[in-house]
Amino acid sequence: MAQMSSPDLLEDEQKPRLENAEALRVRPQRSLWGNAWRQFRHHTFAMAGLIVFIFFVLLCFVGPLVYNELYFSPFKYTTSLTPGQEGRILGTDSMGQDMLARILFGGRVSLSVGIVAATIAIVVGTLIGAAAGFFGGLTDSILMRLTDLFLSLPSLPLLLLITFLFKQSMQNFADRVFGAAQIGTFLLIVGVIGMLAWMPTARLVRASFLSMKEKEFVEAATSIGAKRNSLIFKHILPNVMSPIIVAATLEVGSAIITESSLSFLGLGFPYDVPTWGAMLFNAKDLLQFSPHEAVIPGTMIFLTVLSINFIGDGLRDALDPRKTS
Amino acid sequence: MGRYLIRRLIISVITLIAISMIIYSIIFVAPGDPLGELAANPNVSAEVRQRIRESYGLDDPLYIQYFKWAKAYFLNFDWGTSFTSRIPVKDYLMDRIGVSLSISGTAFLIGIAIAIPVGVLSALKQYSWFDNIATTFAFIGFSIPTFFSGLLLILLFSVKLGWLPFIYNSNVSGVWPLIKQSIMPITVLALFTSAQLTRYVRASMLETINQDYIRTARAKGLKERAVIVLHAMRNAMIPVITIIALQVPGVVGGAVITEQIFLIPGIGSALIKALTSKDIPVVMAITFGIAVTVVIFNIVADILYALMDPRVKYK
Repeated sequence: MAQMSSPDLLEDEQKPRLENAEALRVRPQRSLWGNAWRQFRHHTFAMAGLIVFIFFVLLCFVGPLVYNELYFSPFKYTTSLTPGQEGRILGTDSMGQDMLARILFGGRVSLSVGIVAATIAIVVGTLIGAAAGFFGGLTDSILMRLTDLFLSLPSLPLLLLITFLFKQSMQNFADRVFGAAQIGTFLLIVGVIGMLAWMPTARLVRASFLSMKEKEFVEAATSIGAKRNSLIFKHILPNVMSPIIVAATLEVGSAIITESSLSFLGLGFPYDVPTWGAMLFNAKDLLQFSPHEAVIPGTMIFLTVLSINFIGDGLRDALDPRKTS
Repeated sequence: MGRYLIRRLIISVITLIAISMIIYSIIFVAPGDPLGELAANPNVSAEVRQRIRESYGLDDPLYIQYFKWAKAYFLNFDWGTSFTSRIPVKDYLMDRIGVSLSISGTAFLIGIAIAIPVGVLSALKQYSWFDNIATTFAFIGFSIPTFFSGLLLILLFSVKLGWLPFIYNSNVSGVWPLIKQSIMPITVLALFTSAQLTRYVRASMLETINQDYIRTARAKGLKERAVIVLHAMRNAMIPVITIIALQVPGVVGGAVITEQIFLIPGIGSALIKALTSKDIPVVMAITFGIAVTVVIFNIVADILYALMDPRVKYK
């Protein structure tokens, strides 16, 4: 507005602008991701969430290397020790097994399930959404009807049904192939969670692809002879990454909750694989005698999911192109 | 509207048939005997077992079995007999659905009653202390898994304070004991519903109050209350009501986990019980029943949306 008024004002305006331009040249160029990171850093809760989440990941994956206590330690006690008793940081459970070691090892499983299941859901969803949006026509209708069908499936009952019915044979299979039965449980659980959670991502990616493929830069890429795969993965996909990243983050949290729920209902991992949910399953009947057995793993699930949700919220704000600062 | 509805209904019927095939095939291809405990029971002779197998048609190929089942299920409304309790599945579930609905339904209504005013106020006073507290609570509410919040409530009110019973007793008499044993499960579910819904209400309201027609309403001198209630909320509630409709199947299906924690004899705990005892007819009936409600409420949500929002065009 001020520029329109008088000529001397114009000169005043130009001076600082030139200095600004000078400053711009000196400062390193800001990338799009750099901008998003700057936004993200200002979101207090999201940063707190990120720090807590990284801390938990390090704790569970590196911790057991430092903390030399077996999670299936010999049953030294017949009653549980409360946290701090006899030098046990988190006490022991009713079978005398060290709680901290179980939390660390179980966290590995819980976090891995969350991350792998979310990866499956996001990859499947992205591929289906990208194919539907890019090719359109019959491919689009078939894939979208499939998505609608999966969205109408009663997911929780089906999840329980499939894990219950196929667990034994998956365990036998994994025992034969990998020599470890619980790998079978792991594969089954991440597979089922992933296959029942890809639909929202597919819809999201399809919508973004539909609008992106009409953009000029895609036309330009086509005109210089870009191949189909390079159009999809090199030109369009990077431009629709923001909503995918947000969905992926939130999916990790919900997959962790789903696995814990399965294990809590006694349908997930067995007692010798102490995921946080499986620990709660055992603790729920002992609430009167040793409440710490339930409170500790429950708090871990809660804090992990809360931090992931905060990260997701921060990412949503940071990656939203409408919000620039 | 008429043509749209018919198209929608046809698609829904096809979807339901597809879902029933999927569920049926999963059970069919699963390893293990579909007769479950009956097959392992040493008191049942091989001859009797064979006769039972024939009566269920278990030796027929998959598609024949499916058609037989589908005919009985959809045309004759014959849902079979529960393997474990030996009574018709329909009667078995009828006893339980009332319990599920009374607990989950009450919690759902309380959740909505909390979420709408809190979400609207949060949006109107964005970034105020009220909004910050409400948003933080909402985040905590939907990040805390129901199995953990349930256990924490039991720990506090049953174990430490001894105020409330931790197990739901369906034979309890009198109103006060019934309320007392329902408080914790309802709180757990209401907390989760309201936390989830508050965020939708807030987001929808925020989007609405920045619209031009709200400025117009203010500009023509309407009272603030009229602007908010008649102009903003009426529009902001459209997507919220759709989301509420989409969540109803969860209420009908009972909250599996909450029912399991408090041992409430509802649909959710029946599903777990049927699964672990391989009571296939009950598993089938519950799973498919939930699928039917999901599909029905998808249509309801679409119709509600179309009725409330004249901008929506049918294709």
